[in-house]
Amino acid sequence: MLLIRCPYCGMDRPEIEFRHAGAAHITRPGPPDRVSDEEWAAFLYLRDNPKGRVAERWRHVHGCGRFFNAVRDTVTDVFVATYKAGEARPPETGPGESQPMEARP
Amino acid sequence: MKFSLFSLLHQGLTGNQGWQPQWRDPAPKPAYDVIIVGAGGHGLATAYYLAKEHGIRNVAVLEKGWLGGGNTGRNTTIIRSNYLWEESEALYEHSVKLWETLSHELNYNVMYSPRGVMMLAHSVHDVQVTKRHIHANRLAGIDNEWLTPEQAQEFCPILNISREIRFPVLGAALQRRGGVARHDAVAWGYARGADRLGVDIIQNCEVTAIRRDASGRVTGVDTTRGPISARRIGVVAAGHTSVIMGMAGLRMPLESFPLQALVSEPVKPVMPCVVMSNTIHAYMSQSDKGELVIGAGTDQYTSYSQTGGLHISQHTLDAICELFPMTRRLRMLRNWGGIVDVTPDRSPIIGRTPVPGLYVNCGWGTGGFKATPGSGHVFAATLAREEPHPIAAPFTLERFTTGRLIDEAAAAAVAH
Repeated sequence: MLLIRCPYCGMDRPEIEFRHAGAAHITRPGPPDRVSDEEWAAFLYLRDNPKGRVAERWRHVHGCGRFFNAVRDTVTDVFVATYKAGEARPPETGPGESQPMEARP
Repeated sequence: MKFSLFSLLHQGLTGNQGWQPQWRDPAPKPAYDVIIVGAGGHGLATAYYLAKEHGIRNVAVLEKGWLGGGNTGRNTTIIRSNYLWEESEALYEHSVKLWETLSHELNYNVMYSPRGVMMLAHSVHDVQVTKRHIHANRLAGIDNEWLTPEQAQEFCPILNISREIRFPVLGAALQRRGGVARHDAVAWGYARGADRLGVDIIQNCEVTAIRRDASGRVTGVDTTRGPISARRIGVVAAGHTSVIMGMAGLRMPLESFPLQALVSEPVKPVMPCVVMSNTIHAYMSQSDKGELVIGAGTDQYTSYSQTGGLHISQHTLDAICELFPMTRRLRMLRNWGGIVDVTPDRSPIIGRTPVPGLYVNCGWGTGGFKATPGSGHVFAATLAREEPHPIAAPFTLERFTTGRLIDEAAAAAVAH
């Protein structure tokens, strides 16, 4: 079981208090009438699914109930950082925004 | 060497000294017609049918570890075809039909045992959905029948049908042709069959890059054992598909999750069938060694760690102990995790990609083992003809753009 630090409650709490909510920093494209099918597919379905550090959303459902973001290593499952919703990914944790693989160095 | 009564007798009388390795351990050649990435059951089956049915024998199967060491060796070996949608029914039924003759086809005993797969219903909603599945299956010519709790207990005597438990059994769907097979033997049988037809199975050979020419078409791969050329590449890498496809600049509609299973200490035969409960995440059957093989649900977070949280296994064991009270004093021998690649609609992706020459067979999620023969069969045809096999045609990557999803997740009878 993972120990997760909720940035609102400020405590390490067991994973069963939390609900994983998918990849973080995914921006809804718009306005809708100018979004192509490919852009909708990328927004709705395509995911980086990295082997390594991933930015993801969690919700402290059995605590404060709030959504927050985390950077976690998917090989070791170790949390690198947790931070409040709306904040940018901490620069020391790697790439900031979710972006296509080819755009990466 | 062909396995037969004669070869067994001959070896028995000569001290079993003449058995040969079942496949070669070749070094990679500089070029092949087709490269398959991933020597699990699906990849090896693909290579076998490419060589057997399409005459394409200059094929390499590249494996970063050892063959059958990923999800092929980590699943709970359940085989069934009672899916809801017609596209899925065609695909999984194609596979079940291949299972029925697979040992003969490969001259290798894959121990396919159609002992019956029973899926439990625990609520009024479950009963309605299960009956809908049964009717859909029967319309498609796939056997599936409704059992009352008493009939379910008759079929599986250790099942607890008391009305007093937290999730009482209100009935069950039974597919009699469903069952189990020996997972390792499936990988070994396909490996042996492919190797005899000239396929090179290259283990400890991790793909590190996909090479492309100026037009974008694939020209080969870089590996930890050097570069290898091919004009056609089929990626069959399960949980690691996103990583491999990223080497060609593609993002996939996939997320990789740990899926756990565990086995008990071996006991005498107590369980004549497979019982699944999707509602409370518990799947159980008994192996020929006597171990009770138990499958759990996925962990909630994406991971490549091939492990998972203990509370997931515990949750499943809570359900197992209630459904099968005789298991309460059993000890568990081992538990483990495999990494499953899950699509948004819980159906696989088989076919072309936007990169010319690059093909993918992935997204089997939590239920890929049952599809091993059918998956390899239709993917081989897709690779050989460079166009989708009719059964594979609906399972394109483009469906996530066109919106024509095959939404087995909403069907609620999918193990997840």
